[in-house]
Amino acid sequence: MSARRLRRRIVSGAMTAVVAVLSFVAVLALVLILGYLVAKGASSLDWSFFVKNPIPAGQSGGGVANAIVGTMIIVALAALIGLPIGIGTGLYLAEYGSGRLGWTVRFVADVLNGTPSIVVGIFAWTWLVRPMGHFSALSGSVALAVLMVPMIARTTEEMVRLVPHSLREAALALGYPRWRTSLRIIARTALAGILTGCLVGVARIAGETAPLLFTALGNLNFTTSILQPMQTLSLQIFTYGTGPFDEWHRLAWAAALVLMGLVLVLALAARWVVRSRHGAAR
Amino acid sequence: MTTLPLGPPPATQAARAVIPGRPVLLGRNTGDRLYRAVLTGLALSLPLLLVALVVELGASAWPAIRRFGFRFVWTSVWDPVAGVFGAAPMIFGTIASSLLALLFAVPLALGVAIYLTEFSPKWLRQPVAFLVELLAAIPSVVYGVWGIYVLIPFLRSYVVPPLRAVLGWTPFLQGVFYGNSLLAGGVILAIMIVPYIAAVSREVLLAVPSSQREAALGMGATRWEAVWTAVVPYGRAGLIGAVILGLGRALGETMAVTMLIGNRHDIGVSVLQPAYTMAAAIANEFSEATTDLYLSALFEVGLILFVITVAVNALARLMIWRVARGTAVGSRAL
Repeated sequence: MSARRLRRRIVSGAMTAVVAVLSFVAVLALVLILGYLVAKGASSLDWSFFVKNPIPAGQSGGGVANAIVGTMIIVALAALIGLPIGIGTGLYLAEYGSGRLGWTVRFVADVLNGTPSIVVGIFAWTWLVRPMGHFSALSGSVALAVLMVPMIARTTEEMVRLVPHSLREAALALGYPRWRTSLRIIARTALAGILTGCLVGVARIAGETAPLLFTALGNLNFTTSILQPMQTLSLQIFTYGTGPFDEWHRLAWAAALVLMGLVLVLALAARWVVRSRHGAAR
Repeated sequence: MTTLPLGPPPATQAARAVIPGRPVLLGRNTGDRLYRAVLTGLALSLPLLLVALVVELGASAWPAIRRFGFRFVWTSVWDPVAGVFGAAPMIFGTIASSLLALLFAVPLALGVAIYLTEFSPKWLRQPVAFLVELLAAIPSVVYGVWGIYVLIPFLRSYVVPPLRAVLGWTPFLQGVFYGNSLLAGGVILAIMIVPYIAAVSREVLLAVPSSQREAALGMGATRWEAVWTAVVPYGRAGLIGAVILGLGRALGETMAVTMLIGNRHDIGVSVLQPAYTMAAAIANEFSEATTDLYLSALFEVGLILFVITVAVNALARLMIWRVARGTAVGSRAL
C-alpha cells in the first residue's frame, strides 16, 4: 500500500470519527439539559406545587397551579382558533394550490413560519390589547394561533399530498362529489399525518413565552377568565428564573421540568400516532 | 370565489379526459363550490394576516421613522428620557450573536447530518435524528434557565480561563467576564439552532442521488472523499439554505438570549462583554415604554427585525427549493 493511499484512508477514518463525535456532542447537549432539569426540578415536585398558587416573594412554599391551568386554557384556546384555519389552509394548498394564489399562500406560510415570535407578540398587542384597553388570555391565545397556523398548514398539505391519486380516482369514479372525496377519503386517509402535525404545533406553542409577555402578561392569582391577564408556566419560569430569590429559582426549575414534560408528551404522542397508523408520514 | 384562476388538480383533469362531453358535472355542484369557497377563505387568511402584520407594525413605527429617518439604524444613543433613539447597538448585537451561534452550530449540525446520512449504522439513524430534533422541542425559556444556572457557571470555570490563556491578546476576549455576555448568548443560540440546521441538511443530503456516491466510490475514492467531493458539493445550495434558515431562527430568538446576553446598550467586539439584541430590547422595554415615541421606536425595532428575518428566510427557502423542490423541508417544528 502506497503512502498516499494510506494517508487517504487515515483521513477518511479520522473524518468519520470527527462527524461521529460531533453527533455525540449534539446528543450530549440534550442529555445535559434534560438531566439538569430532572436533577434540579424533580425534588420540588410535590402535591402543593401542583395545587397551590404562588405566595408572596421571600416566603417558601407555594405552587404554580394557576400557571398550569393558565397554560392549558391559553393553549387549548389557541388550538381552537389555529387548528381549523391551519388544516383548512393546508387542504386548500393540497387540493387547489397549484395556481398563483396557492403559490402565494405557500410562500406567505413559509415567511410567517420564520417570523420572530416576539414580533407576533407586539402585533397581537396592537390588534387586541390596545383596542381592548387591557391584557387578556384571549390576546395571548390569538398570538399563539398566529404562530401555529402556517406550520399546521404546511404539514397538513404535505400529509394530504402523500395520499395516492388512485384513491381519489376510485372515489370520483364511484360518483362521490369532490368535497366528500376530499373530506371522507383524502383527509381521512391522511388523518394520522395531520394529527401529528397538530400535536407538534401544539407542543411548539405550549412552550412559547415571548408572544405572551405583552398579551397574557401573567397573573399572580388563579383565574379562568379569558378576558383577564393569565399566568402560564413559561411566563412563570421567566419571572422566577430571572428573579433574585433562591426559592424562586427552585420553583423555576420545577416549573421548567413540568413544561418540558408537557412538551415531550405531546412530541412523543405525535411520533406514536405516526408509528401506529400505516406510517404514511415519516 | 370560484372564478379565481386556479388550475384543477390532476385527478379532475383525468376524469375530464374520460368524459370529454360532460366536464361540468365534476367540481361544479353546490357542495363542491361551497367546499372550495370555505377552503379558499381560510387560505386567504394567511396573506391577509401578513398584510395586517406589516401595516400594524408600520403604522405603529411611523412616528419614530419620521422623526429619526435612517439615523435610527446607525446611531447608538438610546435615551428614552431625552426622546432620542438609535438602534445600532441592538442591530449589531443581533447580528453578532447570530453569527457567533453559526460559528459553533454549523460544524456541529453538518457533522450530525453527514454522520447520520453517510456513516452511521442503520439502527442508530432514527434514534439519533430524533434526539437531536428534540433539541428543537425545548422551550426557549427553559434554555434560558439552563443557561443562567448551568451554562454560565460552566463557561466561567472551564471555558473562559483557558480561552484567555491562549487568545487573551485578541480584542475579542477583553474585559471582565461576569457571565451574561455575547459568548453566553451565542452558545445558547448555537445549541438552539443545531436541530434546525441538522434536520434540513439531512433531508438535503438524503435527496442527493446515490449515483453521485457510487460514481465517486467506483473511481476509487475513500468514503470520506466520496462524501466531501461528490455528495456535499451536489447539495451545496441546500446546505447553505439550511444554514441561512438557522441564521433566521437565531436572529429572532428572544427569551433565552434576553436572559443570557446581558442587555447592555453598547457596541463592543469582546465576546465576554454584555450586549443587546433587537428581540431582547422589545421583550425588556416594551412594557416600560411610557412615551408614544419610545413605544414607536420599539415598534420600529420590531419592524426592522421582521424585515431582516423575512429576507433571510426567503433567501433560505429559495436555496433549499433548488435542491428539494417544492417540499416543505424545514417547515416542521420537529
